[in-house]
Amino acid sequence: MLDLSKYNSLGDALRAALERWPDEVCLIEADREREKTRYTYRQFKEAALPLARALQEARFAAGTRAAILMTNQSKWLISAYAVFFCGGVLVPLDYKLTPEEQLKLLSHSKAEFLITEYPIWRGLAKAAGAGGLALRGILATEAPANAELHGAKRWEEFRGAGEPSFVARERKDPACIVYSSGTGGRPKGCVLTHENYLEQCAALTSLYPFWPGVRYLSILPTNHAIDFMVGFIGPFTCGAAVVHLRTLRPEFIREAFTRYKITYMALVPMVLKSLEKGLRQRFSELPTGKRKMLDALVGVNRALTKGRPRPRLSRALLPQVHRAFGGQLLAMFVGGAFTEPATLQFFYDLGIPVGNGYGCTEAGTVITVNDFKPFRADTVGKPLPGVELRIADPDSEGIGEVWSRSRMVMSHYLDEPEMTAETIADGWLKTGDLGRMDAKGHLQLFGRKKNMIVTEEGKNIYPEDIETYFENLPVKEFCVFAANYLWPARTMVGEQLVLVVHPETGQSANPALTGEIGERNRRLLNYKRISGYVEWRKDFPRTASMKIKRGELAEQIRAGLDRSAVVSL
Amino acid sequence: MGTLQSTTEEILTLAASHFKVPREELHADDDFFKKLGINSLQTLELLTRIEQHFHIELPDYELQGVSDFRTLAERIQSRL
Repeated sequence: MLDLSKYNSLGDALRAALERWPDEVCLIEADREREKTRYTYRQFKEAALPLARALQEARFAAGTRAAILMTNQSKWLISAYAVFFCGGVLVPLDYKLTPEEQLKLLSHSKAEFLITEYPIWRGLAKAAGAGGLALRGILATEAPANAELHGAKRWEEFRGAGEPSFVARERKDPACIVYSSGTGGRPKGCVLTHENYLEQCAALTSLYPFWPGVRYLSILPTNHAIDFMVGFIGPFTCGAAVVHLRTLRPEFIREAFTRYKITYMALVPMVLKSLEKGLRQRFSELPTGKRKMLDALVGVNRALTKGRPRPRLSRALLPQVHRAFGGQLLAMFVGGAFTEPATLQFFYDLGIPVGNGYGCTEAGTVITVNDFKPFRADTVGKPLPGVELRIADPDSEGIGEVWSRSRMVMSHYLDEPEMTAETIADGWLKTGDLGRMDAKGHLQLFGRKKNMIVTEEGKNIYPEDIETYFENLPVKEFCVFAANYLWPARTMVGEQLVLVVHPETGQSANPALTGEIGERNRRLLNYKRISGYVEWRKDFPRTASMKIKRGELAEQIRAGLDRSAVVSL
Repeated sequence: MGTLQSTTEEILTLAASHFKVPREELHADDDFFKKLGINSLQTLELLTRIEQHFHIELPDYELQGVSDFRTLAERIQSRL
């Protein structure tokens, strides 16, 4: 791999990678059973530089912000490299948000360019507010021949002639603005520097190396910090390849393992569970004799891999299982939400190690990860090299808030100095998660101190973001909380949101109000919905500027009501 | 090509058979996440069944923001 300490920016490091491995494959894109594109590093460069040139002709300069709003595909990475080559700041946005939410973040980021897919752009252009954007350039990929472009240019035709000039950046300059929340409330735009990414990449690849020939299957959205790192920067700075699938159905993911001989893949617990379910189903359909043989071989594999993974041995012991995963898989990584230890153990016993990790965008992604020395199913692993971890104010059991400090911690929240000061103090990032370090230096998580939930799909949901959907509800006031914030629980599964309503004086709970709350709830994306509501008949404590004092209100509710007061929707 | 109503009916029948629930319990305006107790990954399975049934290809983004059978049927109908 490249020695990343020699480079000052992502553009600098990626440029060196394209020169170093010109004939290695860096990108494969497939749609169902069809392979759409395949690029070597040389071809990737030839695709990206004319785009960079066209951007420069459109006065794209150092520090110019460009948003990318695309599903995982080759044009995402080509566009990102062109932006970094020009010294720009990338704003990766979530294609799964609604157009209104995307417009809000686009506006907050002050992006001057938008690079997106045509169907997404069509949705944005139709949505109210698109006219208010201060965009100087919009590029839409894959627009049909006679499509109405709504002011966008075709990505495929936006090319300049001649060499673009590489724009150098310093390590402390911002590289990306990544939104960790704020589609409804205050946008949390994490400003991550080139140093954050280069340090994270060096630390991660020291534990899980990539090299030419390694293939990473990219199914987590690339706008998320984790896929951006392990599905772009990591493989590219090591000469490895990234495989994109345009159709993320379980059956096509399974096929990709065998067709492309995948080496690594990162996923969320929900997808891992789905793979486990499929395998268990197939095992249960085996004739009794074969089933007993399989169980015995799994037992042998477990005994022989107790100290460390032994991929060749596991492949020899359980060839059919490993063939189904392409026969080259070294490890999968899971994070973003709680993973059951039994699931991790199930895969490890088959000789497929799943590295359970923990992190957040603010920390530059990964804070801890399991290193399989030896495998542990009950922790989220040890801190990455270069990461200091501290448990603040531990209780009698050693459980307290997890704080992390490293050169990977973000610079700040965009335009939110107060929020930044609340989150980072003296270089320590206060994660809001509750954990404990064990004697072996592994972190175990126990719940959350902060008012938010994480879904099984790995999505972080902040109650403030949900409140806009309940505006003008016919009550005196209302507020949304994470149920476990109101009533602390040592769990990270089944987290739910609760709406607290303060009815008007004399107003009693009635079917109409319940119906209205239910109706509003249905307008939310399924994973953002509240699970129920509680009535609270006292005025909410507020600041001088009339903001709800959420912590104080939560304390009052905790003292006055218990969970049984929640009316389920 | 069938009407929107017949497409909706066919989708309801496919969903009932795939997720093993009685057909009569499913209605066009039902929120399928809630009614079937399924997650986003399982809705993609349904999309595959629909593709096979109608002999069409549906990009994953057609399911974006859709949570009831009627809206899903409208998206399918526009591609038939």
